[in-house]
Amino acid sequence: MSSVDGLSPGFTAPVEDQQACFRAVLEATSRPGTIVTLAGPTRPPAPLGGAMAAVALTLVDADTPLWLDDAIMAGAAPSWLRFHCGCRLVADPSSAVFAFAADAAALPPLSRFFAGTDEYPDRGATIVVAVAALGEGHRLTLTGPGIAGTAMIATTGLQKGFAAMRAANHRLFPRGVDVILVAGNRLVSLPRSTTVSSPEG
Amino acid sequence: MATLARAPRERLEAAIASLAPTPQWERLRGPEAGMVMVRGRMGSVGGAFNLGEMTVARCAVRLDDGRVGHAYRAGRDLRAAELAAVLDACALGPGLPASLAAALAAMDAAEDAARDDRSRRAAATRVDFYGMVRMG
Repeated sequence: MSSVDGLSPGFTAPVEDQQACFRAVLEATSRPGTIVTLAGPTRPPAPLGGAMAAVALTLVDADTPLWLDDAIMAGAAPSWLRFHCGCRLVADPSSAVFAFAADAAALPPLSRFFAGTDEYPDRGATIVVAVAALGEGHRLTLTGPGIAGTAMIATTGLQKGFAAMRAANHRLFPRGVDVILVAGNRLVSLPRSTTVSSPEG
Repeated sequence: MATLARAPRERLEAAIASLAPTPQWERLRGPEAGMVMVRGRMGSVGGAFNLGEMTVARCAVRLDDGRVGHAYRAGRDLRAAELAAVLDACALGPGLPASLAAALAAMDAAEDAARDDRSRRAAATRVDFYGMVRMG
């Protein structure tokens, strides 16, 4: 039983909380660059933040193989995710449907994740990346569907080559991976249709 | 765990009440009721087939000292599932409380007695076809 000693509860009201979280993620993805705030579980295991844990409880289940980065694998989070989501953990990023990274600086290139097929581009992976802060720091310009003109987001802690990786991902369209950035309880979505450029280089 | 899964709720309530100090717990998951698919194999060999679905109540709890207990019970009695999970957690680790050991033994005995009673009543109505065998 030692592997589950650090377990903490999931959502207090699973159905209502999952629906609220799903609606918030949908809103964020429909309007890329919009920061939404999620009500996560009360005590998610470190290093999962509130928003990352909420996304896991809402979207991850037995049918979605999950890849975790080394920072998450090290703690109590893998057994928490297995218990509450019933998901399979995979070591190979290319076989995962969801990928969670707590250390944005060590994120593998986006090209290592599954980008879907031409017949089924919807099967591309969704990558949830925790950044140090949303709303301050390095600015990124967003254009694309769901954005009137251009939108701007600021993040702290994302690696330097992120805009270039996104550009390579965008060229695969309609294939590609979707990215969700989280910080604490806040979340911003960058679906594959969004063009990300970095005015500051 | 099997004993706790089959014991009637009153016995679980009594077992919890007999524990000192009364355990404090928090719910990790549930209690919740759902369906599980029961699968079977003909004669325990061959391909698996779906026998049918049954209703199951399940619960996972954590005691204050970190022990985690799980329970799955047939039916929809959520309270019983929660109590069974708490007792499952209490039975973990060294030093099974004497009152709990006694309660578990009593549950086992009651279940055995019920099974014996059922088989005895079934045996009383058994018909042996001696004649058929001898004539054959």
